[in-house]
Formats: sequence, structure tokens, C-alpha cells
Amino acid sequence: MSRNHVSATVNGDPVEFLSHPGATLLDALRDDLGLTGSKEGCGSGDCGACSVILDGRLVCSCLVLAAEAQGRRIETIEGMADGATLHPLQQKFLEHAALQCGFCTPGLLVAAKALLEVNPDPSESETRYWLAGNLCRCTGYDKVIRAVMDAAADMRQARVPA
Amino acid sequence: MSHIDYMAPASAEEAATALAAHGARALGGGTDLLVQLRAGRLPPGPIVDLKRIPGAIGIRREGGGFIIGAATPGMAIGENEALAAAWPGVVEATCLIGSTQIQGRASMAGNLCNASPAADSVPAMIAARATCVIVGPSGRRTIPVEAIAVGPGRTCLEAGEFVLEIRLPPRPPRSADAYLRSIPRTEMDIAVVGVGVNLTLDESGTIAEARVAIGAVGPTVVIAKDAAAALVGSKADDAALAKLDAAARAACRPISDKRGTAEFRTSIAGVLARRVATIAYERATSRP
Amino acid sequence: MSDVLDRPETAADLKVVGTRPVRPDGADKVTGRATFGADFAMPGMLVGKIKRSPHAHARIVSIDTRKARAIPGVKAVVTAADFPDLASEVMEGGESASNMRDIALNCMARDKALYDGHAVAAVAATSSAAADAALAAIEVVYERLPHVIEVEAAMQADAPLLHAHLFTAGLDTPPAKASNIAARNRLARGDVDAGFMEADAIVEGRYVTAAVHQGYIEPHATVAAWGADGQCQVWSSSQGQFMVRTYCAKVLGLDSSAIRVTPAEIGGGFGGKTTVYLEPLALALSRQAGAPVKMVMTRDEVFRATGPTSGAVIEVKLGAKADGTLTAANIVLKYQAGAFPGSPVVPGTMTALACYDVANFEVTGYDVVTNSPKVAAYRAPGAPISAFGVESAMDELAIKLGMDPIALREKNAVRDGVKAAYGPTFRDIGYVETLEAIRDHPHYAAPLGPNQGRGVAVGFWFNVGGESTAAVHVNEDGTAVVVTGNPDVGGSRAAMAMMAAEVLGLTVDKVRPIVADTAAIGFSMLTGGSRTTFATGMAVTQAAQKIVADLKRRAASVWEVPIDGVEWLDGSAVCLAPGKTRGAAMTLAELAATSAKTGGPISASVSLNAQGAGPGFAAHICDVEVDPETGHVTILRYTAAQDVGRAIHPAYVEGQIHGGVAQGIGWALNEEYVFDADGRMENAGFLDYRVPVASDLPMIEAIMIEVANPRHPFGAKGVGEVPIVPPLAAVANAVRRAIGVRMTELPLSPPKIRAALDGR
Repeated sequence: MSRNHVSATVNGDPVEFLSHPGATLLDALRDDLGLTGSKEGCGSGDCGACSVILDGRLVCSCLVLAAEAQGRRIETIEGMADGATLHPLQQKFLEHAALQCGFCTPGLLVAAKALLEVNPDPSESETRYWLAGNLCRCTGYDKVIRAVMDAAADMRQARVPA
Repeated sequence: MSHIDYMAPASAEEAATALAAHGARALGGGTDLLVQLRAGRLPPGPIVDLKRIPGAIGIRREGGGFIIGAATPGMAIGENEALAAAWPGVVEATCLIGSTQIQGRASMAGNLCNASPAADSVPAMIAARATCVIVGPSGRRTIPVEAIAVGPGRTCLEAGEFVLEIRLPPRPPRSADAYLRSIPRTEMDIAVVGVGVNLTLDESGTIAEARVAIGAVGPTVVIAKDAAAALVGSKADDAALAKLDAAARAACRPISDKRGTAEFRTSIAGVLARRVATIAYERATSRP
Repeated sequence: MSDVLDRPETAADLKVVGTRPVRPDGADKVTGRATFGADFAMPGMLVGKIKRSPHAHARIVSIDTRKARAIPGVKAVVTAADFPDLASEVMEGGESASNMRDIALNCMARDKALYDGHAVAAVAATSSAAADAALAAIEVVYERLPHVIEVEAAMQADAPLLHAHLFTAGLDTPPAKASNIAARNRLARGDVDAGFMEADAIVEGRYVTAAVHQGYIEPHATVAAWGADGQCQVWSSSQGQFMVRTYCAKVLGLDSSAIRVTPAEIGGGFGGKTTVYLEPLALALSRQAGAPVKMVMTRDEVFRATGPTSGAVIEVKLGAKADGTLTAANIVLKYQAGAFPGSPVVPGTMTALACYDVANFEVTGYDVVTNSPKVAAYRAPGAPISAFGVESAMDELAIKLGMDPIALREKNAVRDGVKAAYGPTFRDIGYVETLEAIRDHPHYAAPLGPNQGRGVAVGFWFNVGGESTAAVHVNEDGTAVVVTGNPDVGGSRAAMAMMAAEVLGLTVDKVRPIVADTAAIGFSMLTGGSRTTFATGMAVTQAAQKIVADLKRRAASVWEVPIDGVEWLDGSAVCLAPGKTRGAAMTLAELAATSAKTGGPISASVSLNAQGAGPGFAAHICDVEVDPETGHVTILRYTAAQDVGRAIHPAYVEGQIHGGVAQGIGWALNEEYVFDADGRMENAGFLDYRVPVASDLPMIEAIMIEVANPRHPFGAKGVGEVPIVPPLAAVANAVRRAIGVRMTELPLSPPKIRAALDGR
């Protein structure tokens, strides 16, 4: 029943917390660190609303024990914008009306960011399969997919030297 | 998920000692374990994280084969080009497990030791004649993958034992594997049926050796020997595929449950066996 | 209030309405800052959890909570004994009535547990672990009873009875014996037998749909705090903070004034958050514990104890002349209500033939209680179910007559002036326009490959108006705040801001819309029935119009001219009266800056009961490909035309169409409640309750037909619900055309398709 002392890096900042026995990384983010942008939709890795990037890999934070975060690097939705400047994906989600209730949105954005880091030019099909673990019940995915592909195009353009 | 102690040993031996404790569970990617703990399907007990053991994560080559660390996530397996070139069926089966997020964590060894008859990577591993290295309080042993699961959710592992690595044999010339599954959606489902086929051709393009393994049609993955025999001596022509279909169906002993009826599973096993054999054969013929 | 807009403006006159601005709550939602139900926290907050029945039907013999109370950290334990035993009382809701006694008994079982997952006790503790231990320590003695879930089985005379005192309402002669059939309702016109005698072709079919869940991704969540003075606060994710207040007051026997409910951001509802599950329990626990209590459902609880909509049996018989003219229809609908009466069979009955002008019909509905969770509203409640039967039968009729399925529907389409099957006479409807739009769309003429098929289906939803309040406040700098009492599920704050901006002559970024708590805005019915943009939008528009009238009065007093000498143009008062001030203008900012001299703060509030909601019609085309060996259906292409009145924010109207279609496709292909032999739900999670994932769907083409509603200031009609009505049959009709077999039972999962193909 002992608690584990955990030191990790969240969105570039060092954090420390005591993990409750059995607590997940999602619990630690939401309850101990006050980062409630990651959502719990299922607690079983089936909805993707809790998506974070752990040491460069997209994962469901509900399926990671908080204690496992020791020494790890974690990126959440709260670290996606650069201060007041939105990430291109965030901007495109707004422009394309790619959110309705907005509950799945943080997870979708984190997952989409992970996609564009490994594949800057995804096809529609690649985008749909990559995001298949992020359930959205409001949008039918149409505008979500358009927003991700549009953001990818803009980001590719930005990388081309003028 | 109360009353769970967590430890992350730095050696295989320490892990074996920790796992010998009553109710201890090995943690690889955790994508099955955490779900089961949360659902209360497992009694609480210490969690032994394998990921800090040297070699538990990573893929290395040895003697023409591959050694895959027990906790290597599916995404890393998919990214390994040499492995994907040599064992495309094993890799595609592993990469079908769950979502992108699950792929960031889930491992072949976890898929194996969860002992679900529907595990995607297991039929492909069995068809590939993969083995696994088991570490325990009394040392190491190597057994074939098909020996691990002895029933749904039950393994042959003794107290303190865990799988440290999966080994894939060297790839002979003119050989290839493939895996397909049937699920209701396009993603995110548990296989209703999954079929792995591994073939080796002779110089004339005739199938010299075949292995067919079928998931979710019995309490453990079924090795369909008659189905394999139906392919040997053929060039995966329609007549051989028809025999394969019938033999694959004959090998099935499925149940009806929320994911599919026994009739459906049986009939789809035949369909998939044909399709998978065709893919494996095409792959093998393109490999001199 | 009609001095600015007394009828819909033409689109060309509008500057804000019809554009696609970024939504005002958008930035918070893409950065993770938006506060949803489970994101709220209070100091000293306890964890509340629920003990649920593991039995589908059982008498509760006893509940012993002593051991649970003794666990360190456990601060409260409640059972039905802690709530008043309410008398039956029907309350009118957004689109359906609810019995408060049933709502209370659904929140907490009293004498019997009526379904697997029915709450029997609740606890509050200082930690999640202590709460779990308390749940395990509560000893409940059950006497198991036979259960019944399937609707037709529940209708049998010898079926296990859920409620000993439930007698079928709506029969010609009052029944002597209790029954699971809560009510029968009937709509009829003309002579059905004569109509079938006239028919050249008759089709008959029996169709079955499974119970499906709304599937919102956010589980129910609430925080409740009971003050020492009896004043309570509730924060929760729901479709209506006033609904939460009313229901909590009734269930707990409190005055509404004692409860203040603050709406959290809501992570999807689709009708499923139009009732309470957690809030009364959290309040009761907080009262006992003397501390705030937070309750958040697990996904398992969401599936087992909330929603879903009915599983149903639909019997359809249609007759038509050789030219396609419908002569008669006879339809019987049997809907599961779950544990308490109140399935959506009445709207199912009323919508069944709403698209058709047919002289002779009879539609009979049965509301049947079953040992499954009490159904909750789900997007156009009841309509997709009856439409699945009727639209499948219409497709069979088209095949039998050798007619094009769109032509058959055009032949029988309702139009302005036609008396709807459910009573009123249609006015200003755009149904035929939706049929023409899909008929003339390139999709309808596109070639199909082997194993592919194309299905067509139509749908109808009433849309409602009702009671809403809105306030508009002009800030000191001439910007504005819009306050409403309707939770924003899909972007309605944007629409509210846009309508206010349009009237005030501001750009939309100068208008901040908020959804207020129950103490900060007047009563508003919940967000449901596709009513918010219509009804609350009407209140917002009228409040803004009041502001404009006030501003004109103020300007007139400054210029010392009569009020009718002042016009409001592009956000400024302009003097048109003769004299030295003729042509002078004062901007809203200038008027706001000098408000102290012209009468004080500039503010207006409007409460209304909006009438005249325009009904919604939709016509959909779906292409599928069926794998003949595996039975797997792929949706290749989907086009949905809908009469939307006027699209206030077209991107969010399209979004409603996309979302409704996607839910309908899920309903058609894979979603279903699966129960084991003991009546326990076997698939209470997103792994085996299979909602569509991104790779399951193509892009969905939304065609917005704008036939303005003259009873709304900007012509709006509700748009959120009708898109889910046609897809069930559109998919099934496409499968029929692809494989030549009529699939009559949803979902069209691969084993069913494969079995149908094997039997072909």
C-alpha cells in the first residue's frame, strides 16, 4: 500500500507527485497535477480521450500506471499551444468546426500531432486509421479528418524554405 | 484498482523473485493488465514492471533470426524494416492489436501471455514457429509459443516465471507469412477469427512446407495440420485452396458468443485461410 | 418586438448569420481548458460511488450498510430509505413527459431492482479506495425474480411482471389485469381495408431493431454541495440545468429556490443527458456527509444504467397502385421502455408516415416495460426505429412496382397544405426539395461495381420550440454579452452570438455568449428537440431587438428628435429626422459610453414560449459494398440532403448532419445491447459496443436546403435530429440492392449478412 514518489517531465516542466497504489497516469495528470485537459471516456483504452505522448509514443494515459511515469517525458494537450499561439492543428480544428461538444478534442489533437510527427503527408485513409482509436460521437469524423489534413498541408508548406 | 504495489526491477532475476510473490503480475505494455485490474477481474497483487530489465524492450538479430524483447511495443515492431521484410505476417498481426495508442504500449509477449484465443499476434507467431525465452526462479528455458496458452486466460507459466523475449527463426529462401482477421468494424475490435499462414516454396514454386494457425476458434489457437497439408505440394491453386478451406473449417471448435456465432467463425476461418495463403504464396514467390 | 425584423431577411441582407466564424468556446476546447463535468473540484470534496444490482430482476429483501459505515473514511451511505417515497406525478419535459416517481426509483431502487445495473445504494468517502471498500461491504439480500428483456416476450400475458400495478393505458376497455404493456396509442385515418383493396401491390414485413446507446464520450459527472443552511449547489454535465434543478427538487422534496445548478461543459448528450442519475444521490450524500461530493460514472455504468433507446419490433404493411400512389398503410410498433414506462413509441407512431400523403392508415404503438435500463431520449426519439420499418418497406414496394425509389417517394410526398399523418397541416416545408436534391445529385447517377448497392431513405422530425429566456447586456465599451439558459452541446453559443451580433450590428467577436446557472437567468427548457437555435435564438434575437429599440430611444433623446426619426444601421443610431442633427450617427460604443446620461445600463431580457418550429425533412443516399464471403459491409459514399430552414452557422449545421448520419450508420451496422441468459449486459464498454470509428466512415456530403421558417426571425429550423432518421434504412436498402436479400434485423453485422447470403 506504499505510495511511489514519481519524478517526470510534463510538457517540458519537471513534476513530482506521489502515486496512489493502482493510480493511472491519467489519474495523476488530472487529480495530482491539475491537468484536466486529458479526459476519461472509458478507462479501458477504447476511446482515446486520454491520449498523451509518453517518451515520444502516443498512448492512452488510462492504461499507464502513474508509477511507470518515473523518469519519463509526457506531452499533454496543455502543452500543445506555444503560449498564446495555437498549434496549427488547434487552429485548423477551430477553422473547420472540427469539434462539437469538444470532449474528445484534446485526445484527437494529441493523436493527430503524433501522426504528423511520423507522417507529415498522410492520406485520408492513413489519417482515418491512425485516429481510429479516438472515438468522436458528434462529428462523424468528416471535419476532423479535413482539419488534420489541412493542418498537415500548412505545416508542410511552412517547412519549405521560401 | 486498490492495494497494488508497483516495482520496476532492473534485472530478470530480480523480476523472477518479485513475481514469485503471491498474486504478483508481470507488466509489459499493460494494455490488458490494467483493463483487467480495473474491471476487478484479477485479484489485487504486486505489479512487476518488466520494462526496465535490459533487453526487455528492443529488437536484435541473432544467427539470422530475430529476438524481440518482451515489452517491445507494437509500434516499434512495425517500424523495424528488417523484421517487417522477413516476417511480414507476424508484424502485420502484431500491428493489428488495438489502436495507435495501444500500439504505443502493447507487446507480443503480453498478447501471448494474456492467453486469449483471439490474440492477433499468436496465430502468426505459431505459424512462424516462434519460440519464447522464459525466465523464472529456477533459471531460463525456451519453449515454442504454442505451449504458452493452455486455455482461455491460462498459461503454462509457473510462479515467478515470465516471458523475457520472443524469438523468430531465420527466414529460409522462398518463404513468407501472412495474417488476416475478421472483425465487425475496420479497427478497434477483437478478432472474431484470425488466421496466420507461413509457407516455404521449393525452387519450382511448389509449396514444400506450410503451417496454418487459426485464432478464436477454440480455447487456444488451433494449429491446423490438415489445412497445412492441403497446401503442401501445390502452387496455392484453386483446388488446393478449396481443400485448405475445408480443412481449416474442419479444424475449428469454436463457441458462439457476443462476438460471433460458431457457424460464422467456422465459415470465416475457411475464407480467411484461403485469402491468407494466397497472400503468403505471392509474397514467397517474390523472394528468390 | 418586431421593429427590426418581422420576417426572415433575405440572405443578402445578412452580415453575420450564414457565415462561419470560429466558435466562442473553441479556444478553450482545443487547449484542454474547458471545464466538463468531471473537471470540476471543490476543497474537501468526497468521492461518491454507487452500488448496483447484479440481477436483472430481484426483490430487495434487505440492505445492511453497517459494515460500510464503519470503514475509516466513509462519510455517508444512502439507500432508498433516505429519499421520499414519491407519488406518481407527470412532468412535461423538452420533448417527452416524465413521471417523477419513476425518475426517483430509477435513481435508487426501492423494493425491487429492475435491471442489471440498477442503483441500490450509494456511498461517499474520503478516497476512491475507501468508497470501493464501502460498496463491497454493503450487504444486499436479493430474492431473484424471472426477468424479461425482449419486447414481444414482455408483452405476453404470462411474462414476468415488472410492476404489479401497471395497467395498459389507451385500450378501448380498461384492463382487469396488470401488464408490462404500459400504453397503447393509435393514429388512424380513412378506411385501411378499403385502401388495401384498391392496391395493385402490397408489401408486408416485420423489422427488428436492437437497443442502442447514445454513446456520448463524456460519462455522467456531478459535484453537489449541501450547505448547512439547506442551500444546495450542483455542478453537472447535462442538457438542462433547470431540468436538473426541478428533478432534484422533486426527488429530494426541496424548493427549487434551495438548489442552484451550474451547467458544466457537456461532452455530448444526444438526448441521453435529459434526465438525472447522479445529482440527487450526490446531494443526499452531501447532506449526510456535510461535505461536497463528486460522482463520476464509469463507462460500464453509463452503458448499464443510462440511456439507451428502445429495441423494437416494427410490423409494416403498405399498399400502392401500379403508378406508386400509396393507398393504405398498417403499422404496428412495439418499443422497449426499459424498467419504467416511457419509450419513444408515441413520436415513433407520429413520425412513421410523416413524409407520406396517404389516405388510409392505422399506426398502433405499444410502450412495453422490460428488465433493461430505462430508455432515455436519443436524437429524434423513436423516429429512426419506425423509419427503419417504413423506409425498408417503401424500398420493397419500389422493387415490387419496378419504380425508382426516389420517384416513389416524390409520388407520395407531403407538401405545403397537406394534413400530416400526425395531425397538423404542413406549412413552409422543404421536403420535396430534399428529394429533388438527391435525385439530381451526381451521386445518384454514379456507377456501382460488383457487390455494391445504393440505398435511399427519407426521414422526418417535428423540431420543437418551447420556453426560453435570454438576456443581452451591452458593456461600457459597446461590446455585448449574451446570456442563455441552454447548455451548448454542439456549438449553439456561436449561433446565439451571431444572431445577437446581426441585430446589434456588431461583429461576432464583440459578442460574448455564456450559458448561465439557474440563479442567473430565467427558466429555459432543456437543450433537446432541436429547439435551442430556434427557440432560445428567438429569445436572443428579441432581447437584442429590445436593446436596439432602447438605443434608438436614447439617441433620439440626445438629438431631441422623435424616436421614429432614428434608424439603427450597421451598429449605429442614425438620425433621419429633419433638423440640424439630420445625418448624425452614434455608434453602439458611443451610446454605451454615455449610457449614464441616457438612462443607465443598457440591458434587456426576454422570456418566451416559442411557437412555430419548422419541421425537418431529410433524404439520404448511401452506397455500400458487401464482402460476400465475410458479410462485412463497407460504407462507400453517403449524401444527405436536409431542409435546414436557414443555416445560422452552416459549418455547425453540416456538423449536425455528419454526426447524425454517423450515429445512424452505427445503429445500422454494429451497435446493439447484448444480454446474457441472466439479463446482464455483456458488452458494457466501447470494445464490444461498437460505435463507428474514423476508418469505418467515408466523408459525408451534407446538402443544406434552405426553405426559411417564417416563424423564426432568421428563418431557422431545428437541424440536429432528423439526420439520424434515414440512415438505418438507407444502409439496409443499399445492402438489399447489393446482395439481393432484404435484411430485416439490425444491426447488419457480418454474421447476420453471411447467414442471409448462405440462405439466399
